[in-house]
Amino acid sequence: MKIAVCVKQVPDTAAQIVVEDGQVSWGDAPLIINPWDEYAVEAALQQAKAQGGSVSVISMGKEGETEGMKHALAMGCNQAFFVADPALEGIDNVAAARVLAAAIEKVGDVDLVFFGKQAVDSDSGMMAGQVARVLGWPALTLTSSITELGDETITVERSIEEGLQVVESPLPAVVSVTKDYGEPRYPSFMGIRKAARAKYPIWGLGDLQLDKLTSVMSWPEIVQPPEREILTEIVEGGSPQEIAETLADKIMAEKVI
Amino acid sequence: MTNKIWVFIDQFEGNALQPSWEGIGAALTLAEELGGGVTALVFGQDVENVAQEAFHYGANEVLLADDATLADYRSAPYTQQLTQLVEASAPDVILFPTTTRGRELAGMAAVDLETGVLVDVTDLEVKDGVITATRPIYAGKLLTKVQCSATPQIITLRGRVFAKPEPDESRSGTLTKVEPAMSEDAIVTDVVDYATSEGGVSLTDAAVIVSGGRGVSNNPALNPPADLDEEEQEIWKAQQGFELVGELAQVLGAAVGASRAAVDANYISYDHQVGQTGKIVSPDMYVACGISGAIQHLAGMRASKVIVAINKDPDAPIFKLARFGVVGNMHAILPPLTEALRQRLEG
Repeated sequence: MKIAVCVKQVPDTAAQIVVEDGQVSWGDAPLIINPWDEYAVEAALQQAKAQGGSVSVISMGKEGETEGMKHALAMGCNQAFFVADPALEGIDNVAAARVLAAAIEKVGDVDLVFFGKQAVDSDSGMMAGQVARVLGWPALTLTSSITELGDETITVERSIEEGLQVVESPLPAVVSVTKDYGEPRYPSFMGIRKAARAKYPIWGLGDLQLDKLTSVMSWPEIVQPPEREILTEIVEGGSPQEIAETLADKIMAEKVI
Repeated sequence: MTNKIWVFIDQFEGNALQPSWEGIGAALTLAEELGGGVTALVFGQDVENVAQEAFHYGANEVLLADDATLADYRSAPYTQQLTQLVEASAPDVILFPTTTRGRELAGMAAVDLETGVLVDVTDLEVKDGVITATRPIYAGKLLTKVQCSATPQIITLRGRVFAKPEPDESRSGTLTKVEPAMSEDAIVTDVVDYATSEGGVSLTDAAVIVSGGRGVSNNPALNPPADLDEEEQEIWKAQQGFELVGELAQVLGAAVGASRAAVDANYISYDHQVGQTGKIVSPDMYVACGISGAIQHLAGMRASKVIVAINKDPDAPIFKLARFGVVGNMHAILPPLTEALRQRLEG
């Protein structure tokens, strides 16, 4: 079985993100693999092992921004494909889905593609569904577990507001996984060394026959949220009972419950 | 002749999700600026009651696709239904609630319709007929304005931000039934079962959230059963701590949340996690118990109206966002606080 996983790199989630001269800045914080994508890589590796298959990691970004891809390789993915093109700068989510779908087709004969639930920078959470739509494959988003995977079909449990939805689908399919799937493994020392030496093709939009790719969305202004002026009142008292009574009065006075 | 502003009503087994009605509220405001009325889209099986409800909330028209193929949400028939209706009537704007179904459907329909999606927006402005939306990115650490130059402009609205109209049962409108877009033979996926979650109030809809962090296990007064190993003892203690959290939540009709530290330590399941890699919430009140306030957690709950923090460490970052803080052990404070609030709410 041929499995692919799409990953991206994002600023470290512990970074202070600010706007400088209208641009997003995270100072000297490192780029890391999007935390949700680690679950996708874990799922891809587990399924490949169970089915006897290989895992290709696909990523796109600015040339050299390969942190996500390298992390996935270090976790154990077999090969990598990177899409980099100056024309990718500032593209919208539908255009990005067309790029990833074209890359998946160029990798060829893929049976199953994994995505993380969403990226922690844009927080859109739509990429898996959109790539599936471009490819014309079923979308199995928000998958918390894969209960069955055969040569031709897959059964998953999806996390929805009401609980779990169990869905059966033919392959090929696109799956996005949630954190419930299970803890991602740490890259091994050997894996990190292998990832550092890995060779991978870099594809431009021309290689994907997407020279005419267009975006329809624009982001005219990015700002920091207004500082909230919060006057913190520390509630004190001689006993927990006394503190609780005072705090309860103050909470009631806010009229939020 | 249908309206230019549409709202997708997300329903499950004939019950509309509340943020759908907030969508009608936002659509009515847009209609004042852009002209015309509001059309609601209701897809499902035996869901005419939802269509009637949409009228009560202010929709002028409902496009109702009521068919067995739409009984369970599946992305393919829902997307096909939506794109077919859009191609026939060319609306300018379609609003969705940012629910799991709403988000997925909006994104997939945008592919077919060669447009974009303004996702999880918290504000809408109209100037010269152009919509500019505001949405949080980086889990709310930043806000971006966003526009889409193609039509329809597809927008998903963050829950609990736009006001829900008051329903009025005397209102009605034009009910237009539409044919299903796909036959069952053409749909490749099957929904074979549902398993409901443990219940309780959903985090994203909750008006009040009580959350526990690493500190829930830190109650030296407890003596766990001796036959448990160290990790099991810690989890046992944490479960007692979360019981206190749950009791307060019950009195307040609140949802139970947790920090990532508590989830990663197996104190509570992941669906309770609030934060950058959990749920982003904005309740009227957020009570943080034994949570120090890592930046990723603060990003997920900073938009809460009133934050109450109970923590042993006076330097915990959570106090910077708190309206009220108690420096102390949550195990000592929560039982009398629960009782004090119970008395006030009952009295």
